[in-house]
Amino acid sequence: MQLDEFFVTGEPLIYAGMVSIALVSAAILFILTYFKKWGWLWREWLTTVDHKKIGVMYILSALAMLFRGGADALMMRTQLAFPNMNFLNAQHYDEIFTTHGTVMIIFMAMPFLIGLMNVVVPLQIGARDVAFPYLNALSFWSFLFGAMLFNISFVIGGSPDAGWTSYTPLAGAAMSPGPGQNFYLMGLQLSGIGTLATGINFMVTILKMRAPGMKMFQMPIFTWSTLITSFIIVFAFPILTVALALMTLDRVFGAQFFTLTGEGMPMMWANLFWMWGHPEVYIVILPAFGIFSEVIATFARKQLFGYKAMVWAIILIAGLSFLVWVHHFFTMGAGAFVNSVFSISTMLIAVPTGVKIFNWLGTLYKSRINNTVAMMWSLAFIPSFVIGGVTGVMLGMASADYQFHNSYFLVAHFHYVLIAGTVFACFSGLVFWYPKMFGHKLNERLGKWSFWFFVIGFHVCFFPQYFAGLDGMPRRVFTIIPEWMPLNIISSVGAFGMGIGFAIFVFTVVYSYRYSEREKTGDSWDDGRTLEWATPTPVPFYNFATVPHINSMDAYVKLKEEGKTTFDEDKLEPIHMPSNTGQPFIMMAFLFVASFGVVFEWMWMAIAGLIAGVVMMVIRSFDYDEGFHVEIDEIKRTERSTRGL
Amino acid sequence: MKSMKQFFKRGLILLPLSLVLFLSGCSQMAVFDPKGPVAQTQSDLIIYSIILMLFIVVVVFVPFGYFVYKYRDTNPNRKESDYEPHMHGNTMIEIVWTIIPFVIVVALSIPTVNTLFELEKPPESTDSATEDTEEEPLVVHATAADWKWFFSYPEEDIETVNYLHIPTDRPIEFKLSSADSMAAMWIPQLGGQKYNMAGMENTLYLQADEEGVYDGRNSNFNGEGFTKHTFEVYAESEEDYDAWVEETQNEAPELSQEEYDELLEPGLTTEAEYSSTHLEWVDHGTNDGRDYAVNRHYDLYGELMHLYSDHEAEDFMDEENEEDHESH
Amino acid sequence: MSSHELKTGPLEYRTQEGQMTIMGFWIFLAAEIVLFSTLFATYAVLFGRTADSTPPGELFEPGIVLIMTFLLLTSSFTCGLAIHEMRRGSVKGLLIWMMITLLLGLGFLGFEIYEFIHYTHEGATMQSSAFWSAFFTLAGTHGLHVTLGIGWAILLLIQVAKRGLTPRTSRKFFVIGLYWHFLDVVWIFIFTSVYLIGMVV
Repeated sequence: MQLDEFFVTGEPLIYAGMVSIALVSAAILFILTYFKKWGWLWREWLTTVDHKKIGVMYILSALAMLFRGGADALMMRTQLAFPNMNFLNAQHYDEIFTTHGTVMIIFMAMPFLIGLMNVVVPLQIGARDVAFPYLNALSFWSFLFGAMLFNISFVIGGSPDAGWTSYTPLAGAAMSPGPGQNFYLMGLQLSGIGTLATGINFMVTILKMRAPGMKMFQMPIFTWSTLITSFIIVFAFPILTVALALMTLDRVFGAQFFTLTGEGMPMMWANLFWMWGHPEVYIVILPAFGIFSEVIATFARKQLFGYKAMVWAIILIAGLSFLVWVHHFFTMGAGAFVNSVFSISTMLIAVPTGVKIFNWLGTLYKSRINNTVAMMWSLAFIPSFVIGGVTGVMLGMASADYQFHNSYFLVAHFHYVLIAGTVFACFSGLVFWYPKMFGHKLNERLGKWSFWFFVIGFHVCFFPQYFAGLDGMPRRVFTIIPEWMPLNIISSVGAFGMGIGFAIFVFTVVYSYRYSEREKTGDSWDDGRTLEWATPTPVPFYNFATVPHINSMDAYVKLKEEGKTTFDEDKLEPIHMPSNTGQPFIMMAFLFVASFGVVFEWMWMAIAGLIAGVVMMVIRSFDYDEGFHVEIDEIKRTERSTRGL
Repeated sequence: MKSMKQFFKRGLILLPLSLVLFLSGCSQMAVFDPKGPVAQTQSDLIIYSIILMLFIVVVVFVPFGYFVYKYRDTNPNRKESDYEPHMHGNTMIEIVWTIIPFVIVVALSIPTVNTLFELEKPPESTDSATEDTEEEPLVVHATAADWKWFFSYPEEDIETVNYLHIPTDRPIEFKLSSADSMAAMWIPQLGGQKYNMAGMENTLYLQADEEGVYDGRNSNFNGEGFTKHTFEVYAESEEDYDAWVEETQNEAPELSQEEYDELLEPGLTTEAEYSSTHLEWVDHGTNDGRDYAVNRHYDLYGELMHLYSDHEAEDFMDEENEEDHESH
Repeated sequence: MSSHELKTGPLEYRTQEGQMTIMGFWIFLAAEIVLFSTLFATYAVLFGRTADSTPPGELFEPGIVLIMTFLLLTSSFTCGLAIHEMRRGSVKGLLIWMMITLLLGLGFLGFEIYEFIHYTHEGATMQSSAFWSAFFTLAGTHGLHVTLGIGWAILLLIQVAKRGLTPRTSRKFFVIGLYWHFLDVVWIFIFTSVYLIGMVV
C-alpha cells in the first residue's frame, strides 16, 4: 500500500483536521513532559481500578466524542443550509453522517452514561467498588481503544461511508471496498467487549454488593435503571458481536453471509443489526430516565411519585425493547400481518413510558422546586421528550410509516428522543454529580446560559425537520432542492445555537475549575436523598469508612433524620481494596494493534497483536495479587480531614 | 426566577405557535398533498394520529407548566399546604394514567392494521362509473440500480429509464426489485414506499387520480449517487398514456443486453426509453437474477464519482432531459 | 470488598469474591447462549442456500460426528468427576480427571479439524456459499471455544499443581467446569440441528 493510499488526502478539511490533531497531540506530549506528569498519568489514571476515576475518564472521553460528533453535525448542517452548497461533496458527506451517527451512539451516549453509572452506582448502594474492578478498567480501555480506532479512520485509510446502520449489500466488500467499513466493524467490536463486561459487572455489583439491609425495592431508581440496562446489554450485545463478526468474515475472508453472490442474505444484516439496535436505544434511554428521576426528586425536594410503578415501567420497557425490531424496516415487505404485530408491540411501549411521564408530573405536584441548572435540564426533558415520544408512536403505525420512513420526520424523531432524553440526561447528571466527582460545583449562571442556548437551539434545529420530512425530504441526502430551503436554514441556525451552548458549557467547566468554591460537605445540594451524598467530598478511594444498615428508600434522608453518618468510629475495620494494575491498558493496546491489522487486512499484524493480547491474559491468569488493606488509622485520618472534624 | 418565565414564554408559547404556523402550510407539504387514493388514506391516517397526539401533548404540557410555575420554591404565593414531601403515590390515579395511553394505543392500532391490509390490495375505485369496468392494475417492474431507475412494462413491452408514464384512475402494481444495493421507491404524493432488493420482489400498489408530474426517488441511502437517484412520474389521461405507449413502441430502439449491461455500470445516467424490456434475459427480483449486476461490474462499485451538488455532468443531464421532453 | 471467609461449604463459595465471580460467569454464559443462538438462527436462515456448492447431505458423515459427540460427552462426564475430586479435596484426582478431559477435548478438536479439511477438499469452504459460511462459522466458533477452554485449563492445571486447592484455585476450576459443560450442551444442539438434520434433508 502506498503512503498516499494510507493517509486520506485531497480534502482541505481533512488536512486541517490532521494539522489540528498533530498540534493537539504535540501540545499534550509537551505539557506532560514539561510538568513531569508522565508518572502521575500512569499511576493515577492509566493503571487505576477505582470506579470513580474510571467513571471520570469515561465522561471526559465521551465529552471529546460529543465534540467530534457535534463538529460532524455542524458540517452537515452547513452543507444542507442552502441548495447547491459545495462545502462537502457527496462522498465526504456520506462519511460524515456515518461517523456522526456511530460516534454519537456508540462512543458518546453509551460511555457518558456508563461513566455516570461508574461514578454513582457503587456509591448509591453503599459499595466500595464494583464487583470486578480489574474488569472495569478493562472495559474502559476497550471502549477507549475502540473509539480511537474508529476515529483515526478520519486521517488514515478513510472513514466508513455506509451509514451507522451499515446496511448490506452496500456495506459489503463489493460496494464499499477498502478499510473504511472495516474501521466501523473493528472499532465497534473492540469497544463492544468492554460494554458486555460492563453489563456483567454492574449486574453482579448491584445484585451482590448492596449495603446490608438494602432490599431491591429500596434501591435508588438510577441503580434500578442501571441494573435493567445491564440486563439489556448482556442479552443484546452478543447479537451485535455476531453480526459484526459475520460482516468482517464477509469483507476480510470472503464469506457469503450478506452478499448478493453465493446466495447470501443481505436482509439478514438489517434484522441482526436491529435485534441489537433497538435494545441499544433503550440502553441509552433507561439510565437517562433514572437520572431524571433522581434529579427531579432531589430538587423537587420530594419523594419520587409512584416508585414501584416507575421500576416496573422500566422492566416492561426493557422486555418490550426486544420485541419491536422489525419497526425499523416495515417497508421491507414482510406482509400486513407481521407489520401489524410489530406495529402494536411498538405502540405498546408508549404505555409504560406514559406512566413514567405522569409519575414525574406527580413528583412535581405539591413539591418545592429548586430551579438549579441540573433541574432545568431535567424539566426541559419532559415536554421535549413528549414531542419525540408522540412522533415515535406515529412512526410505529406501520401504514403511516411507509410515508415517514427514511425521511427527515424520522431524523427529527430520533434526535428528539436521543437529545431530549439521553443528552439532556447526561448534562443534568453531570451537573448534578459534578461536585461529587471534582470537589466543586459548575457555575450556575454560565450553566443557565449554556442550557438556554442548547435547548432553544435544539428545538429550532429539529422541530422544522418534522415538516421537511413530511415534504418528502429523505435523510442522508447531501444537498437539498430549493423547496426545502426555508426549513433547512432554520434548522441550521438551531444547530449552531446548540454548538454555542456546548461551547459555553466547556467554558463553564474551565471557569468553574478556577473560580468555583471548593465543596466543604458531602451533601452538595443540601437535599441529597441517596447514599452517594452521605460520603464526604472528595470521596475517599474506599468510599465508605463504615457502611450503614439500610432499611428504607431514600437512605440518606433517613440517615440525616437519625443523625447518622458513614463514619462510625466504633465499627471501623481494615478495608480490603484491589491494587492498581497496568494490565488492562496494555492488553487492550495489543488488541488495538490486532484490530488495526484486521482493518488493513495485514494478517501478520492482526496475529501478532492477538498473540500479545493472549499473553496478557495468561499473565492475568497467573496473577494472584490479593490487593491490600487500608488500616484503621489511615481511615480515621482521611475521614477526619475530609469531614473537617 | 427569570429563566423560569423565559421557559414559559419560549417553551410553551413558541412551540404551539410554530406548530400552527407550520400546519397552516400543510397543504403544500408533499405527504399532505395526496394525488391518489393510497396517499390519501395515509394522509388521513396521519392527520387522525396527529389529533390524538396533540391531545396527549396538551394533557402533559398543561399540568407540567402549571406545576413548574406554581410549585417553584420562589413563588411568593406559596402556601404551607403546597408541599407534601412524603407523598409516595396514588394507586387510583396511577391506574387511570395507565389506562388512558392504552386506550389511545388501541384507538391507533385499529386503523393502522386496517390500512395495512388495505394497502396490500389494489386501491378500490371510489368512482362509481368505473366500478363496472373494474380495471386490472397496470403492472410495472421498477428496478433500482446504482443510481438509476428502470421501469419495465411487460405487457406493453417497453422500458424507460429514470422516468415513467402512468394512466390516471387506474391502479399501478409496481414490482419492486434492485439490481444491486437496496433502495426504496417513494413517490410521496402517490403513497408510501417499499424497499427494492436484489433477489426479492416487493409489490406496491399506487394510483394517481390527478394528472400531473410527481417527484419520485430512492429514499434509502445506497452510496455516493444516492441524492441523485430520482425519477419523474408523468400521470396522464388514459388516451395520452396510450398514445405515449404507442409512440414508444414504434419509435424507441430495442434494448440490447450489451446496452443494458452498460447502463448497469454504477453511475448517473440520462432518461431513455426502449421498445423492449430487460426482463427478457434477467429479472433481478428472482434468486437467479440477484448477482447479475455484481458479477459484471464488481470492481466498478468502489470507484468514486466525486459528485458535488452543482456537478457539471448533472447540469448536462438536466439539459438533455429537458430537450428530451420538449420533443415529446 | 469483604475479605471475610466462610469456614464451611465448598471452597469456591467461601469468599464473597468467589461467589461474585461464579455469578458473573453464569451471566457471561447467558451472554454466550445469546451469541450461539444468534449463530444458530443465522444457520437456520441460510440453510439450503448452497448456491453451486456441494449440499451438506453429500458431505456429512454420521460416523465421524458420532465419534466426536462421544468424545465430547465423555469429556463432560470426566470434567464432572474432576470437580467432584476437587470437592473431596484431592488435588491428584482433580489433575488426573482434568487431564483426561483435555485429552478427550483434543481428540474432538483433531476430528473436527480433519472434518473441516476434508470438506475443503470436497469444495465446500467458507467462501463457497452462504450455507457453508454459516456452517463453518457456527461449528468453528464452537471449536474455537473448545480450543480456548483447553488452553485455559492447562494454565489452571499448572496453578493448582503449584498452589494446591485454595478458595481461589478451586473457584477457577469450578468456573472452567461450568464452561466445559456449557460447550457440551452447545455441541448437542449442533449435533442434532446441524448434522442430523443436514444428513436427513
